[in-house]
Amino acid sequence: MLNVYDILETIRMIQDECLDIRTITMGISLLDCIDSDIDRACEKVYEKITSKARNLVAVGEKIEKEYGIPIIHKRISVTPIAIVSAACKEKNPVKFALTLQRAADTCGVNFIGGYSALVQKGFSAGDIELIRSIPEALACTENICSSVNIGSTKAGINMDAVKLMGEIVKESAEKTADKQCIGPAKLVVFCNAPEDNPFMAGAFHGTGEPDCVINVGVSGPGVVRAAVQKNPDAKINEIAEIIKKTAFKITRMGQLVGSRASEMLGVPFGIVDLSLAPTPAVGDSVAYILEEMGLEKCGTHGTTACLAMLNDAVKKGGVMASSTVGGLSGAFIPVSEDAGMIDAVRDGALALEKLEAMTSVCSVGLDMIVVPGDVSASTISAIIADEAAIGMVNSKTTAVRLIPAIGKKEGDMLEFGGLLGSGPVMKISSKSSEKFISRGGRIPAPMQSLKN
Amino acid sequence: MRAVITVIGKDNVGILAKVSSICSDCNANVIEVTQSVLQDMFAMIMLVDISNMNEDFSVLGDKLSELGKKLGLSIHTMHEDIFNSMHRI
Repeated sequence: MLNVYDILETIRMIQDECLDIRTITMGISLLDCIDSDIDRACEKVYEKITSKARNLVAVGEKIEKEYGIPIIHKRISVTPIAIVSAACKEKNPVKFALTLQRAADTCGVNFIGGYSALVQKGFSAGDIELIRSIPEALACTENICSSVNIGSTKAGINMDAVKLMGEIVKESAEKTADKQCIGPAKLVVFCNAPEDNPFMAGAFHGTGEPDCVINVGVSGPGVVRAAVQKNPDAKINEIAEIIKKTAFKITRMGQLVGSRASEMLGVPFGIVDLSLAPTPAVGDSVAYILEEMGLEKCGTHGTTACLAMLNDAVKKGGVMASSTVGGLSGAFIPVSEDAGMIDAVRDGALALEKLEAMTSVCSVGLDMIVVPGDVSASTISAIIADEAAIGMVNSKTTAVRLIPAIGKKEGDMLEFGGLLGSGPVMKISSKSSEKFISRGGRIPAPMQSLKN
Repeated sequence: MRAVITVIGKDNVGILAKVSSICSDCNANVIEVTQSVLQDMFAMIMLVDISNMNEDFSVLGDKLSELGKKLGLSIHTMHEDIFNSMHRI
């Protein structure tokens, strides 16, 4: 017989502590849709996505009812469009973005990720056209996410791409200035991008993946915080144990939902992404976990150490709970989506420099950070280069999702609404990095890449 | 296949009867009931067999949460797998 305490614990986690499955993401390969005629290629893309993901939303809702656990997002990731569009004679990748939007509307998913290019070592056919079309594609669609991988431990950092991405981020914000600069909120610049990540905006379906696959992203900062809160006097190693146990339980839920979804959809189950993904909802914050550990405010001295421990404990607990772990797997620290982070920035406790340090010990990187609208493209590029360097040297994924708030200055707020939350405009250095960025070229792969 | 129904809220006459009558309507067989009343607070956990139901499982869940709303109780209907996978290795 089931234990009464266990049953009530599960219900409390879901009802009071915001436990949910953050996303079920179906990865779909579009390699068989490649065609020299762009319109025919788009039609094939639409057909393939809508036939594979026809039941995705309905199945997700059925599982929600069956297990009584909310599944917040049902999403799709596809093969990087730069690969699919490379063979097209007509160089107009925006047509693919519009096709993806049409497919998203038909399937009822809230995001399709994969308007992407992988250029860590250099640009191949189709890459430049796709990257240049990103601002337009993000402005004329609502549910399409874009990502560009500009570096990796194996390849080094493509500084020409870094320079270009600074301009693209800025242009994307300008093009959507009338819509709270939402464009760059859907654009991630990666180093070491994972090919099976279910989380947006950086999700795409790598070329080494199966034709169609189900990946699941779990969440639960609220549950971890509540568990830490119950042990106010525990030593830090005891806290790590508590977090491990909690992460185990959360991940088991992801594993169960993922295998059930894969069974119902007749699609192989890929990975569970063990991430603590915050939402703007009260109590669903990673910053509050760190504060619960004993920091007056997230961002003060000690934050990096607490985050390192949290990130490690989440992975240790989650690894055994799932048959295959992948994606980003770690704690996310998106500023605008985390009530505690927003508080800390407004309070002056959390600065960009500290966030950068934090990204060296947790998953992802400088995520959902609003910067003044008059920032120069080369400064954005330099921020991207710094973050990519952390990822390259530490053999980990790092990403940058900066939003230049057009017409706003330091201290103002930019409101996105919904899960993207709202972000305070943060201070950036006023000194120029122009000369460094204008050099272009490539940062060679570090010693860490020579593992053979 | 079994499901767990939990009812938590202010004690009232006939909660058990109303919940079991909905189970019976859907042909879900009640296997075990644990309930306690602590200072007016009612907590019941009911294990039901759902293999021979004449309705979809989601219908049972919808009917029970509707009852919960009417009586001011929080009623959750969940497949037992979620508890097994979360708390057992």
